Amino acid sequence: MKTSNALLPLVGVAILLAVWGLTTALKLVDPVLLPSPLATFRTLWEGMLSGKLGADFLKTVMRTISSTAIAAVIAIPLGILLGSSEKLYRSVEFLIDFFRSTPASAMFPLFLVLFGVGDRTKISVAAFGAALVILFNVAYGVMNARKTRLLAAKVMGASRTRVLFDVMLLESLPQTFVGLRNGVSLALVIIVVAEMFIGSTDGLGQRVFEAQQLFDMPGMYAAIFAAGALGYTLNLLFLLIERRFVHWAGR
Amino acid sequence: MRVTSLAPSVATGGFDESRRTAPHVTIRGLSKHYPDAVIYDRFDLDIPRGKLISVFGPNGCGKSTLINMIAGLVPADAGEVLFDGRPLSRVKFGYVFQNYREALFPWLPAFDNIAYPLKVMGMPKAEREQRVERLVAHLGVKIDLALYPYHLSGGQQQLVSIMRALVVEPEILFLDEPFSALDYEMTLFMRDQLQRVFMETRTTTVLVSHDLEEAVYLSDHVLLLSRHPARVVEFVPYDAPRPRTDKTLSEPDFVATKAHCLKLFQREVRRG
Ligand SMILES: Nc1ncnc2c1ncn2[C@@H]1O[C@H](COP(=O)(O)OP(=O)(O)OP(=O)(O)O)[C@@H](O)[C@H]1O
Ligand SMILES: [Mg+2]
Repeated sequence: MKTSNALLPLVGVAILLAVWGLTTALKLVDPVLLPSPLATFRTLWEGMLSGKLGADFLKTVMRTISSTAIAAVIAIPLGILLGSSEKLYRSVEFLIDFFRSTPASAMFPLFLVLFGVGDRTKISVAAFGAALVILFNVAYGVMNARKTRLLAAKVMGASRTRVLFDVMLLESLPQTFVGLRNGVSLALVIIVVAEMFIGSTDGLGQRVFEAQQLFDMPGMYAAIFAAGALGYTLNLLFLLIERRFVHWAGR
Repeated sequence: MRVTSLAPSVATGGFDESRRTAPHVTIRGLSKHYPDAVIYDRFDLDIPRGKLISVFGPNGCGKSTLINMIAGLVPADAGEVLFDGRPLSRVKFGYVFQNYREALFPWLPAFDNIAYPLKVMGMPKAEREQRVERLVAHLGVKIDLALYPYHLSGGQQQLVSIMRALVVEPEILFLDEPFSALDYEMTLFMRDQLQRVFMETRTTTVLVSHDLEEAVYLSDHVLLLSRHPARVVEFVPYDAPRPRTDKTLSEPDFVATKAHCLKLFQREVRRG
């Protein structure tokens, strides 16, 4: 019973592969537009192991991770600062909400002017987008710290700084991780788009775009799957870190 | 009768055992209002040393507000609270919240939760551990303190909260309805745990309770409050020997004290 439940998520995958395989086997769709699963995964496998795809994959990983790391380093302390004073947060809330609602892609031209064509632009736009998401979540996490817990620390004689570091910070961790997960997802989206459209010579976005230009459909699907796998893995990674460090969340 | 003159005479007069010792806490002219109500108006009370006081009264009369003002969690509008003549800032005290789930730190194992106030005091780690272990042995607590709070039962969590309050060796302990979130069986068990703790440490204890049986069973005095603005309706002594047990509940002394408190309480509620 237990193993059969664990296998449940594979059912959807199996169905997708079956439908896809059948569609190509029966030639229901132009085989040039939709290559067979086998051909696609062979391209993916070979590309990742020896071809350019693997190198592009790593490039995108590096950019996504560095932009998220930059965002976290800036946004977490700032979020704690803003969250620890409700007045301070309210005074910049509109700005945060406004820029959080602005599509980061609309900022590309501005950042191009500031940083020129290259990695710096891609990484800083992604970091900008991710930072706002992380900032917002951290600040809320700090502001919504349980009042009883803060009072408990206070009656034990804890100073304001101690309450901040011993209680508020830990209270906000679950929400901080929500911010980090959303932030890394957003960073990946922005990086891939940037790789497609702002003069890139490498990265998964550029790979997808180039394959499409060359009408290399298996290559395109392979790159799309690689991007999907990357997004999924990053999310999973953060979830695992979260379970490890925020063992009390939701209990 | 004037509120200000009633309370102290009740608290210190009569056949009351506390007459032999100076009061531990003196409350004078304590006043508190919220926008829509005056909760306390020049309230006076003496809390005797080394006794367990239960605070009982109608819903919303200001029981929590009283202990929170004494413990400095809620500022008073006016008045003064002195512990042997000293202000709160010079006094070590313990406070146990009703909501143990939100009062304990879920990121720390039970042991570290108990040791936390010592850490705040700046005590070195080795000494902290010694202190906690001594308390655990003293109280005969049988909980696996390496566990995180969320792995403990409600009663065990509240016991950890109580130990956290006691570890600093407070001169006074406040508990605000500490057992009301527990099921009945656990409540009975925890009453006896608290009684044991009290007998072991003889710490002056102020317990807010909404359960009259519990209030009388545990206390040396029941502080009966009126509706707000709260006055002392009566400071009812109850001096059955400890440890009190199930049998205590059916003894004439207990039954009479409880009936007396109930009568006063109902009169207060009807006055409404
Ligand atoms: N922060 C506040 N703002 C306004 N009114 C308040 C506030 N805190 C308490 N009150 C009011 O003061 C009164 C006394 O509150 P308190 O919590 O001390 O009562 P209580 O006797 O502990 O009640 P309960 O039996 O519900 O525990 C209540 O009527 C309550 O509505
Ligand atoms: Mg209350």
